[in-house]
Amino acid sequence: MKSYLSLFRIRMINGLQYRAVALGSIFTRFCWALMEILAFFAVHRSNGGSFGMTFSQTASYIWMQQTFILMYNVIDGDQEIEASVNDGSIAYELARPMNLYGNWFTQCLANRLSPTAINCLPALLLALLMPAPYRLSFPGIMTTALFLASTILALGVVGAIAVLMHITMFYTTSQRGVKIIGRAVTSFFAGGLLPLPYFPKAFGRIVRLLPFAATQSTPLLIYSGSLTGADAAFAMGLQVFWLAVLAALGYYAMSRTLNRVVVQGG
Amino acid sequence: MKFYVRLFSLNSKSQMQYKFSFFLSCLGQFITAFTSFFSIRFIFLQIDTVDEFTYGQVLLCFSVIMLSFSIGEAVGGGLASFPRMVNVGEFDRIMTRPRSLILQVIIPFFDFTRVGLLVQGAIVLALALPLSGVVWTASKIIGLVLMIVCGAVLFFCLFMFQAAFAFFTMNSLDFLNIFTYGARQFGRYPFSVYGKRILGFLTFCIPLALIQYYPLLFLVDESSHPAYMFLPCLSLIFIVPCWALFRFGIRRYKSAGS
Repeated sequence: MKSYLSLFRIRMINGLQYRAVALGSIFTRFCWALMEILAFFAVHRSNGGSFGMTFSQTASYIWMQQTFILMYNVIDGDQEIEASVNDGSIAYELARPMNLYGNWFTQCLANRLSPTAINCLPALLLALLMPAPYRLSFPGIMTTALFLASTILALGVVGAIAVLMHITMFYTTSQRGVKIIGRAVTSFFAGGLLPLPYFPKAFGRIVRLLPFAATQSTPLLIYSGSLTGADAAFAMGLQVFWLAVLAALGYYAMSRTLNRVVVQGG
Repeated sequence: MKFYVRLFSLNSKSQMQYKFSFFLSCLGQFITAFTSFFSIRFIFLQIDTVDEFTYGQVLLCFSVIMLSFSIGEAVGGGLASFPRMVNVGEFDRIMTRPRSLILQVIIPFFDFTRVGLLVQGAIVLALALPLSGVVWTASKIIGLVLMIVCGAVLFFCLFMFQAAFAFFTMNSLDFLNIFTYGARQFGRYPFSVYGKRILGFLTFCIPLALIQYYPLLFLVDESSHPAYMFLPCLSLIFIVPCWALFRFGIRRYKSAGS
């Protein structure tokens, strides 16, 4: 456990090195969120609001999504893991008396937390300062606490899916195609392009049960006030369920794979 | 010239080496574009118009941006790895060769997998052509072609613009992504829906609206003034500052490599 903790710390410190990059990405996220919100404003302006979400709920959703975007990102951010499989240095990792699944899972979590930590607060401050309908609204202590709990679960699910995807690297030599498809699928079904309440009703009900909805959709919908009461409890239950299933699956797949791994490179 | 053709075919061969991965990448591009299409479709299942623009007209917008982006990125997307080239000193090697600098950077990175995006753009365009309710006369077809072609050039310029900054910062400037990948994302609606100020910015600073919003007005008969049809050509002026920035960067380039 201690070794995982220090591994986590090393990754965090590593990510906090580049401040100028962080400043640039805060600005990018801010502009991106603003454009998204203006697009939804146009859509809501055009009809009375028969959508599954109100405009101000959507605005909060988008602000939080753009703030936490690196944390909810399933596909990108684990260059070291990819490089270690590609150049063969995975052999060293295997020689260490650490479980590789635990090792990768920890790295995946840290790789997402550290950039979020520097991007998060400044972008949130800007979002709170916006004029009324575009503002990020604060939903109260209870909802925020629920949001944080759900975010932690979401991060776990994201990490579990990411490790599963990294395991496929043992079978393919070029990862690009898998990543492009993965990026499209995980983002779309997690409400990355369009929040799930905007989906057609019947289709949306099915999508909500998928593991992708257990990533960013659940915490963001809880924060924006679109998901409350029993529905929120059910969605968080699903998060726990998917975290357990995906982690078990990943652990099993990893041990199966490592029995027959061929190390590339010298 | 022969040299560049050679370089080009070498690149295509190397990309085809991993056939399965190449196919998966194309498929991935296709699916990516498909998900953005659905995010429009789902909205229009519940409303009829966004700011008086109908579903077909928005699709027209979306497909034009998609097509010009995919052409522009297939050619210029490789420039995204230009900052890294400068950073590790690989650009020094290129400068020692007696060939065009920019072509040497572009050709090895020409991305054939963008075909997936292109196909999707073409499908949506085919869907949008009848749905948009536009009566396709000769002048309208010319307008549409100009939108796509000038758009492709503009997107290429934006990638070059972004790459040129690497001469000064030695690193990539992510915030300029908002004009490339962001424009693809937000260009699905006519730029006027984002408000007057943003439309103004996209007309006079980064002329993205010239290839999308104004010619669209001409296509849907909002404006019959034929000047609107040729506005995409005006956006080509953007080549000048991009090229100048790139030249200026090369002039004061200091090697960063070891």
